[in-house]
Amino acid sequence: MEPITTFTGRVVPLPIRDIDTDQIIPARFLKTIDKKGLGANLFNDWRYDETGSPRADFVLNHRKSENATILLAGDNFGCGSSREHAPWALMGFGFRAVISTSFADIFRNNCLKNGLLPIIIDEVGHAELLDASAQNEDLATEVNLLEQTVQLPSGRKAKFPIDEFSKKCLLAGVDQLGYLQQQSTSISEYETTHPRLVSTL
Amino acid sequence: MTTVTPKNLFEKIWDDHVVVQEKNCPTVLYIDLHLIHEVTSPQAFDGLRNRGLKVLRPNCTVATMDHSIPTTDRTLPIADPIAAKQLDQLRINCGEFGIPLFDIGNENLGIVHVIGPELGLTQPGVTLVCGDSHTSTHGAFGALAFGIGTTEVEHVLATQCLLQDKPKTYEVHFDGFVPRGVVAKDLILALIAKIGIGGGTGHVLEYTGEAIRSLSMEGRMTICNMSIEGGARAGMIGPDDTTFEYLATRAHVPQGKGWDQAVTRWQNLQSDEGAAYDQTLSLDVSQLEPMITYGTNPGMGIPISQPVPKPESAQGPVASGAIRKALEYMDLEGGKPLLGQPIDVVFIGSCTNSRMSDLRQAAAILKDRKVNPGVRVLVVPGSEKIKKQAEIENLPDIFRAAGAEWREAGCSMCIAMNGDQLSPGEYCVSTSNRNFEGRQGKGGRTFLASPLTAAASAVNGMVTDVRTMLD
Repeated sequence: MEPITTFTGRVVPLPIRDIDTDQIIPARFLKTIDKKGLGANLFNDWRYDETGSPRADFVLNHRKSENATILLAGDNFGCGSSREHAPWALMGFGFRAVISTSFADIFRNNCLKNGLLPIIIDEVGHAELLDASAQNEDLATEVNLLEQTVQLPSGRKAKFPIDEFSKKCLLAGVDQLGYLQQQSTSISEYETTHPRLVSTL
Repeated sequence: MTTVTPKNLFEKIWDDHVVVQEKNCPTVLYIDLHLIHEVTSPQAFDGLRNRGLKVLRPNCTVATMDHSIPTTDRTLPIADPIAAKQLDQLRINCGEFGIPLFDIGNENLGIVHVIGPELGLTQPGVTLVCGDSHTSTHGAFGALAFGIGTTEVEHVLATQCLLQDKPKTYEVHFDGFVPRGVVAKDLILALIAKIGIGGGTGHVLEYTGEAIRSLSMEGRMTICNMSIEGGARAGMIGPDDTTFEYLATRAHVPQGKGWDQAVTRWQNLQSDEGAAYDQTLSLDVSQLEPMITYGTNPGMGIPISQPVPKPESAQGPVASGAIRKALEYMDLEGGKPLLGQPIDVVFIGSCTNSRMSDLRQAAAILKDRKVNPGVRVLVVPGSEKIKKQAEIENLPDIFRAAGAEWREAGCSMCIAMNGDQLSPGEYCVSTSNRNFEGRQGKGGRTFLASPLTAAASAVNGMVTDVRTMLD
C-alpha cells in the first residue's frame, strides 16, 4: 500500500447524494477474480452510453477528470453493497481520496483498508469546494492526512476526522492485517477460555 | 451494593467477543462463523497465498455458490466463461484451504443468508460475518451479523478476528397489530422510508415490540436483511421461543443436554430491562399499508395507495434533486399513483423474500389465477432445501399453472449477475432488496414490494393493492 501523507490533486465534482456501489461499479463487473482493471468500468453506466461510447455529459469524460485524484461526491457516498470492488475501481481510475459530507459504513471501512482516503468535511466547506470546482475546471486542492485537513479556496482548512489507528496505517502505508497477526497469543487465549459456539464440519 | 448496568442484546454479544482492546486501536473482535461465496472471496484467498498464510479455523467457515450461478438447468455447463472461472476459483480455494463448500448439486446449496439459518449454523449470541452486506439477515436470531469487504474476509480467514470500532445502538420498536395484506417486507420498507437510507449509519438496529414478536423467523429475517438499506450494518432481534422452535430441528445446533444449555444461554441474551440505546424510534404498524418503492433507492417508498411524491414537495433542493433524478430514471411522474402502473416482469426471490412463507404467500395469490400475458414472472427459491419443500407442497404446480417460471435456487435477478436480468426500460415488481439504477439489469426499473404485492401485480399486469384480492 502506498503511504499517504500530503498530496495535491485535481478535483472531480459529482454532487449527487446517496451514490450506491452499484453505480460505482455495476454487479456484472464483479465476476473478476482480480483487483486490477476495474478503473475502466468505474461509474460504467453513467459514463458510457448503450454503444459503449463516453457520454459527453458525464464528468469523468471531461477534461477536468484527466489525472484527477480527488472525487468530490454528495452525502452518504458508497451506500449499498459491501463490494470492495468499489474502492478498487475508484483507485484503478486514479483517485486517492473521496470527499463527502458522509459515507456508508462498509464502503468507508473498505476505503481505509486500501489506501483510499474517505474525507468527511463540513457542509459549508463541501459547498465551497463544489462552487469553486464549477467555476474553475482546473481546481486542485491539498489534502494533508497528518493534520487531517483539506485546503479550501477561501484559505480556510477544513478538518476531517479519522481514527488514530487507520491514520497511522495510512501514513505508514501498512495494511491492518499485521496488527491482527500480532494478537495471535491473545486470540489463542480467547479460544481456550471460550467454548466454540458453532462448527461447520 | 454494586449496581449492574443493564445491557442490550448487542452489548452482550460484543462484550463476549472482545479479544483485545488497546488504547487508540479498534477492538479485536472474535468471529464465530464466517460465510463465503464466489464473488467477494477470490482476492482474499490470493492475499493469503501471497503472504503464505493458511485459514486459521476452516471449521468456523463455510462456502456456497449463489450470486453468479444460473437458475436454469444446472446439469448443463455454465454459459458465461467468466462466471464459470469464478466458481472454479472458489472450488480451488476451498479445496486448498480445507473449507467446506456447497457446490452445484449439493443439497445444502443456496443463498448464503438462507442456508446459514436453514442449517442451524446461525445461532443466537454468535458473531457472524460474510463478504455481503445482507449478512444483517442473521441478526434475526439474536446474532451479531454484518457484511464486510474482501480485505476483512482475508483478515477473518487468517485470524478468525476483525478490527472493529464499536457501533452505536438504535432501538426500533414496532408496536401494534399487523393489518391484513401487510407483511414483514412492508414493515421494513416503511421504516427505511421514514429514516432514509443513511438513517442507521454507524448504528446496529435492534427491533423490538409486539409486532416483531408476532413474526415468524422468516419474517424477522426479512426485516433484519434490509437493515443495511437503512444504512445500519446489522439488525438484531432478541431470541425467544419462536427462535428456539425454528432452530430445534436444524442440523448444526447442539443436541441433547447441550441443546438445553444452549437455550438457557440464549434466553439470557434478551436486552435487559432498562438497557440504554443511543437512539430509539417507535412505529405503529396497525396503521401500515402494503409498501412499494417508486424511486432508485430503498428509502424511496410509499404506502401503495399514495401518489408518487412530487420533487418540489421534498425538503430542500438536494432532496428535490434526488427525487427528480429518480423519477427521470424511472420515467414516472410525481403526484400520480403507482397503482395501475403497467409492469413487464415480476421477480419473487432473493435473500430478502425467497423462503417458504414467501413462496406460500405468492402461491396463495396465484392459485387458480393467471399471470397477465404481458408479464414474465420468475419464482426463484432461496435454497435447494426450499426448492424441495416447495415441491412437496406442490407450489411449483401452482406457479406454472398460473404462467410463472419456477427456477433453480440462487440470487438470480436480485443482482442480475447470472443472466437473469431486466431489459432496458422494463418495469419489475421485485421482492428483492435494492432498486438502485440498473441493479436488476442495465436500464431496468425496480419497484420493491412484498411477495403478496408482487404476486397480485403479476396477475393484473400492473402495480396492484393485494388487499383487493384477499378473501
